[in-house]
Amino acid sequence: MSQSSSITLTQCSRTFAGGHVALKPLDLHVEAGETLVLLGPSGCGKTTTLRIISGLERPDPGGRVHFGERDVTALPIEKRDVGMVFQNYALFPNMNVADNITYGLRIQKLSRAEIDRRLAEVLEMVDLKGYAERSIAALSGGQKQRVALARAIAVRPRVLLFDEPLAALDAKLRDRLRLEIGALLRELGITAVYVTHDQDEAMALGDRIAVMQAGRIAQLGTPREIYHQPANAFVADFIGAVNRLEVQTQAADGTFCVPGGTLRAPHLAKAATLYCRPEDIQVVPIEKAQLKGRIIESVFLGQAQQLAVDTGNDTTLSVRVSSRREWPAGSEIGLMIPEQALFQPTAPGARAHG
Amino acid sequence: MSQRLRFSLQLGFTLLVCLFMIVPIAMSVMAGLTENYFQGLQSGLTLRWVSEVWALYSDTIWLSIKLAMACLVITTLIGVPAAYGLLRSRHRIAHAIEELLLLPVAVPGLATALALLLVYGSYREFRASWLFILIGHVLFTLPFMVRAVHSVMHTARLPLLEEAASSLGASPWQRFFGVVVPNCASGILAGALMVVTLSIGEFNITWMLHTPLTKTLPVGLADSYASMRLEVGSAYTLVFLLMIVPLLVMIQWAGKLTGPRR
Repeated sequence: MSQSSSITLTQCSRTFAGGHVALKPLDLHVEAGETLVLLGPSGCGKTTTLRIISGLERPDPGGRVHFGERDVTALPIEKRDVGMVFQNYALFPNMNVADNITYGLRIQKLSRAEIDRRLAEVLEMVDLKGYAERSIAALSGGQKQRVALARAIAVRPRVLLFDEPLAALDAKLRDRLRLEIGALLRELGITAVYVTHDQDEAMALGDRIAVMQAGRIAQLGTPREIYHQPANAFVADFIGAVNRLEVQTQAADGTFCVPGGTLRAPHLAKAATLYCRPEDIQVVPIEKAQLKGRIIESVFLGQAQQLAVDTGNDTTLSVRVSSRREWPAGSEIGLMIPEQALFQPTAPGARAHG
Repeated sequence: MSQRLRFSLQLGFTLLVCLFMIVPIAMSVMAGLTENYFQGLQSGLTLRWVSEVWALYSDTIWLSIKLAMACLVITTLIGVPAAYGLLRSRHRIAHAIEELLLLPVAVPGLATALALLLVYGSYREFRASWLFILIGHVLFTLPFMVRAVHSVMHTARLPLLEEAASSLGASPWQRFFGVVVPNCASGILAGALMVVTLSIGEFNITWMLHTPLTKTLPVGLADSYASMRLEVGSAYTLVFLLMIVPLLVMIQWAGKLTGPRR
């Protein structure tokens, strides 16, 4: 397809009328062809960042936006060569599927033959062959979002932007469309910035993820890094479930005394709190256990059993085990946590609480 | 109370109210078509009065149509961009303007006309031309156009559609004509029909502003009631109804178009 460009934000902040700071000065670089996901709770500044990239918003004075080498800070969105997919589809209700998709092409005044060729091409890509003449009102939510996607890629943008495109769809459809978007992005090799508050979406689609919190980037890294080496407690909490173990005493050989037993983690420096994911905790016979506790809650989830284990001293661990066995609440249980599954926030000086 | 009885009572009451409102109109129409109203139907039906009205007052009818069309053009050209501006503006003043727009509707037409006369009455040429009346009509009908368009723009999620269009490379002009106008067409249509209907029927302002050479249909109607046979006035009413009823039906129809979509 077209020439993708990299995106560079330099000291981009955004203050709204009334003094609300939606975005603190931000530096961000997205490689050409890369998919970057902006992930965070509502109000964290992810949508503002996307809108600054798109040109729908301007950064406060001093901030610069570059596409490749070109400074586009002063350009409005219609001059930036971007494709955008919105949460509420934003399809033109007065046009049918074909007219929606070719709107940008007609603006570019392409020849009729070229428009028809591109229309057929993108309809094929989003699996909507034969829908060209349908009216928008006759489409399902998933089909609408595919039309919106086709409309955005038909103009062959240098950058593709997604603003929570799947948030309005139901869970099943969301999963399917997520896979399709992922496949499409790989096929096109286009630079993409994808805003979502859904961690599964972020991990499935992102080459890198920027987790945002209160107007700044809390961590920027590959999905693997974000999940296994979260920079702070906020990121650890936001991406998946996490257990915290308050360290009572720490020995020089890397043994940590925590409520319910002792854990070994020589790779960790001095830590006040140890973190681990629920699925990394293993159940072992009581006599071999590092930690002992009592099941206080046992929930059957189908694909797994979710246990809440009380290890004393106000500590409750969340544990995921096979649902093939019965796990009655009230029974004693022995746990083991492999060394490498234990982590602590990597960022120096990271705040303990989000 | 049984279901049946209640239904009959409701139906009876509704019919009574309808009769109360429709009978006078029907009587008036009859009067315009009978030879002699005081003798009643046995005097025979005739189109004589209608043709007499046409001979005497056809220029008032043409003037009314001309006024309504000119009024429509002006309110559309001003009203659609104005509604759009109000929609886009987050300023507090926008709300104030929205309220102010209703002023010409709330203020008695006579007062509006008096104000116009005070300010522009001394410009002879202008005062004597139909354009003077046009100003009054535009003042009176503009709010209806703005309101109709504005409410449709609100429900059409235009800001979002515009963002989508701009991301596809459309300039502000291309967005206005390619996205904004088509997506509030039903509102423009509803507003347009309203403006034409109100302009054709407007009496208060027009009566104050007219000259013997710039009489509109309603002014002519008042004139004929005052100085002609009752049958002539009634035939005039009939002509008026023939013009206005199709417009009212179309307003209803346009209202359906503006209803919930998607």
